[in-house]
Amino acid sequence: MTAAAPPIAGRQPSAWRKLLRDQPLIPLSFLLVALVLMVWAVSPTARDAGWVGVIVRAAVPLAILAGCQTLTMLTGGIDLSVGFVASMAGFVTATFVNQPGGWPLGVAVALTAAVLVGLVNGISVGVFRVHPLIVTLGMGLVVLGFSNVWQLRMLQTGAGIPTELKTLGTGLWADIVPYSLIVFVPVALIIILGLRRSGYGRMLYALGDNPVAARLSGVRSWQVLLTLYVISAVLAAIAGLIYAGLNQTASVKLVAGELLPSVAAAVIGGTSILGGRGTFTGTIMGALILTVLSALLTILLLPEPVRQIVFGSIVVLVAAAYTRATTES
Amino acid sequence: MTVVRKWVGENSWISGLLGFLLLLSVFTFILNPYYQLTDVQGLFTSILPLALAAVAQTVCVIAGGIDLSISSQMALTSCVAAVLMAGRGEEFGVVAVIAVLALGLALGAVNGALVVVTKVPDIVVTLATSFVFAGMALLVTPRPAGGAAAWLKDAVVGKFFIDLFPKALVLLIVIVAVVWIPLSRSKIGLSLYAVGSNQLAAFRSGVSVARVKVIAYTITGFFGALAGLSLTASTGIGSPVPEPTYVLIAIAAVVLGGVSLAGGVGGVLGPIVAVLVLQLIRNDMTYLGVDPNLGTVAQGLILIGVLMLANYIQIRRARA
Repeated sequence: MTAAAPPIAGRQPSAWRKLLRDQPLIPLSFLLVALVLMVWAVSPTARDAGWVGVIVRAAVPLAILAGCQTLTMLTGGIDLSVGFVASMAGFVTATFVNQPGGWPLGVAVALTAAVLVGLVNGISVGVFRVHPLIVTLGMGLVVLGFSNVWQLRMLQTGAGIPTELKTLGTGLWADIVPYSLIVFVPVALIIILGLRRSGYGRMLYALGDNPVAARLSGVRSWQVLLTLYVISAVLAAIAGLIYAGLNQTASVKLVAGELLPSVAAAVIGGTSILGGRGTFTGTIMGALILTVLSALLTILLLPEPVRQIVFGSIVVLVAAAYTRATTES
Repeated sequence: MTVVRKWVGENSWISGLLGFLLLLSVFTFILNPYYQLTDVQGLFTSILPLALAAVAQTVCVIAGGIDLSISSQMALTSCVAAVLMAGRGEEFGVVAVIAVLALGLALGAVNGALVVVTKVPDIVVTLATSFVFAGMALLVTPRPAGGAAAWLKDAVVGKFFIDLFPKALVLLIVIVAVVWIPLSRSKIGLSLYAVGSNQLAAFRSGVSVARVKVIAYTITGFFGALAGLSLTASTGIGSPVPEPTYVLIAIAAVVLGGVSLAGGVGGVLGPIVAVLVLQLIRNDMTYLGVDPNLGTVAQGLILIGVLMLANYIQIRRARA
């Protein structure tokens, strides 16, 4: 940890601004606890450990998907192909269930496809310096198209979600602890420690903070970005497998609707889309907050449209609060 | 001829695009001997919503922004139009159209005001409002419903006097000529380009950056509403679920149409031609008997490929 910055002469930012800027996890935890208490206040049935397990289970794949956004946003990018990549992974795996080789082969094929998508994204962004927004948007279309082609080919063979994925996505150990944590905990640890401790993590922050300075300090930005977008695509595929298990179904658009929540979770968690600022722990909090909020709106019997409106408004509000807190004025 | 040569020299990118469109059209007629002028009319009817969405996107991109909520704006305005017009008289349709255009202006103004007031990046703000607008569309009607005045449906289908003029194309030209051309030549238009190319320089030259941004998004909202109306006109109903590919193709068309995402460069002609090119490629693949889903793949790959090529040339030039 770095030592506290010496006090700067002139106007000091207010206490809450400082808190939000330096320790966003504290206000985020308060928000999460407040939301949980609100759920418990209106719904007595939710006041048990099983409900917490269900919430965590739903937040796990969202957090992984939001991890893609966190990592790419750190460099000032974004990955809009994750929705279709994740759907593709679940769908391809499902089509292999009744094939020779079974679902493990399907997972291997899905991950290989994801790596290819990541390579194209990474080469365009890293080598040719095309805007990540455009590249990943275009690759999303490409993946959707190929998934549809694959769907027509495989229609005859029938598709089902393998039991192993269903257990992974929906299973609760002792009715409390989701099995998906088996995948999530290592993934999360690698991302968190990788960002904090590894040179690669530092290079991501450096590239987002000041790409020119990073390049002049000897960071080979194209290599970093290429690896980054491959990692992002693989993470999206892993999230897609868990989503397929959680929903017990697979389709080429299954996870497409989670694209916006994944960006929202990263933003709420304190990641700046301009790059250089953000943590994966914050993003996990963001995913949990969105999941609890969603549960609260369901308990209040608010229809889906209202849920969308509330989601959108909250994203703007939280993002505005961060912007106010982090811009020196 | 010198006028043409001068225009081509100044608009090399669009000229190339137009040349490509011409090639593609010839190719289409060769591929499908039964292709007739009525098919061309159908083509323009089908691309009208996309072309207007591309124009909408162009305006805020020129001013240095980006609007990811266009699909949702289209869904909301289309639903409101369809629900207002369902089971009412032809004259009421005029009132409905005016109301929907006003709604579009309001939606755009909300986007612009949020971008300016919160200082949150445009992508995040419009992503968030895309949720909000989509939710509002579902509140207007939970499932595809409503109707459209007969004159509105008639306005986008078929020919304008002779077969050579598809009505949808004429409508598009009229809209662009009446709304965009005077606007882009005015002081507001100039300040859109100024803010897009260099915000600080614009500010120091006395342009109110905040006001210009709000105006840019408001115009985007207006064209978004027109796109929504044309959806209602061509389908006869309003569908509350936004089609995400609209916003993807609108951005693709803007970029392929020679409008820089950095802002300050380009016009609306390029994106409109790009929409046509993207759609024709899809149609031609269908005529070739290729799986139409590969058309989506081709659209995405063309977008990425063209940009990679353009950037490669730029990087080479910068090094030389």
